[in-house]
Amino acid sequence: MDTIKIKSPVSNADIAKLRAGDKVLLSGVLYTARDAAHKRIADLMRDNKPLPLDLTGQTVYYAGPCPAPPDKAIGSCGPTTSSRMDVYAGGLIQKGIFRVMIGKGDRNGAVIDAIQQHNGLYLAAIGGAGALISLCVKKAEIAAFADLGAEAIYKLTVQDMPLIVAADCKGGNLYELQ
Amino acid sequence: MSKLRFIDAAVITQAVADLCVDANICIGADMYAALKTAHGAELSQLAKSALQDLLQNADIAQKEKLALCQDTGMAVVFISIGDTVHVQGNIEDAVNEGVRQGYHKGYFRSSVVSDPIKRTNTQDNTPAVIYYDFLQGDTLKITVAPKGFGSENMSALKMLMPSDGIEGVEEFVVQTVKAAGANPCPPIVVGVGVGGTMEKAALLAKQALLRDIGTPHPNPFWAEFELRTLSRINALGIGAAGFGGKTTALGVHVLPYPTHIAGLPVAVNIGCHATRHKTKEI
Repeated sequence: MDTIKIKSPVSNADIAKLRAGDKVLLSGVLYTARDAAHKRIADLMRDNKPLPLDLTGQTVYYAGPCPAPPDKAIGSCGPTTSSRMDVYAGGLIQKGIFRVMIGKGDRNGAVIDAIQQHNGLYLAAIGGAGALISLCVKKAEIAAFADLGAEAIYKLTVQDMPLIVAADCKGGNLYELQ
Repeated sequence: MSKLRFIDAAVITQAVADLCVDANICIGADMYAALKTAHGAELSQLAKSALQDLLQNADIAQKEKLALCQDTGMAVVFISIGDTVHVQGNIEDAVNEGVRQGYHKGYFRSSVVSDPIKRTNTQDNTPAVIYYDFLQGDTLKITVAPKGFGSENMSALKMLMPSDGIEGVEEFVVQTVKAAGANPCPPIVVGVGVGGTMEKAALLAKQALLRDIGTPHPNPFWAEFELRTLSRINALGIGAAGFGGKTTALGVHVLPYPTHIAGLPVAVNIGCHATRHKTKEI
């Protein structure tokens, strides 16, 4: 099976050509965010307050990593269950934030529709392969919400992170292909 | 009466700390072998490659001393106390101190919040969830089973009616696994508690996950139920990482218990591809 190398932030051209089931190696910049960070972002947007950093066009990785051991960029760093972020994802995608998402497991119909309507992309990482994925992380720094600990937004620089396209901009869904 | 054996609570702290580190870094030999078998049997390319990644993940974790998964879980600790053992000091404090030390030493994630609604992280992964029971003799047995919530969230409990019978139990288990899809990081282990009261069924389901994978229930009726349910689950085609494929579950483990004339409680506790647990006897 061919593996497609892509860069993050992911270009519209790459988004257009990727299809559910494609194997991808992703390199570039990702921002982690999970339950607590999404809630903070949603609360700030609801109150028309500025976000602590510009996330427009950026890729989100639903993950809460382990702390970095002394000789590593980061600790174990696998995906968390994406569906917990479904309640926030549609609204963010509409605003051009986190249009490309990385996580594990199926999304609800509203997110799948938003991906199709707004030229988004949902990539699945291997659930439970946190140690393996951590070796793809070359650099990690806290970008926002430091007080949230593992739930803070981390800026990760990754190289050749193994992913599978789970939902594409044409409505294709890996979890429905089975 | 036999002579009492005194065990200092500090010994429990050290054992719990060591078990937290070991359980989070070193996959069980039984789980590794089961993943290898699943890898050999898999025909779907995507699922085979996911199983390869999970095996490699276990190798990397062990070699690099990294947690198998970033979700190093809430520590579930089973303490079995011999009836001639006397612990000097507070057991609960000793266990929590062990969790605190083990998670710090292993560079593991602190995933516990102090209140389920206010949600402030306790920053040291305490408190643990602790269960106590008693053994005959002078030993103290400790099992640490760190439980990640990708799989815990997909677990379920239902109070069936006696007329639902074994078919009802089987159907509830299969539907629970189907609804879980890719979320619990398949291939999974399915712990099933049948009978007792509501909370007893849930605890049995958790304890069923501690059995070595592939070991059948000693009672042939339940052993057949396990095999039949496993085959139905694997026919769902969820597969490794939920990418489709032959192996959705590595095993179904049932623990039955006597129950009330009016009831048939069933609990399903799902364990991930690593289903971490380590035991030490003192």
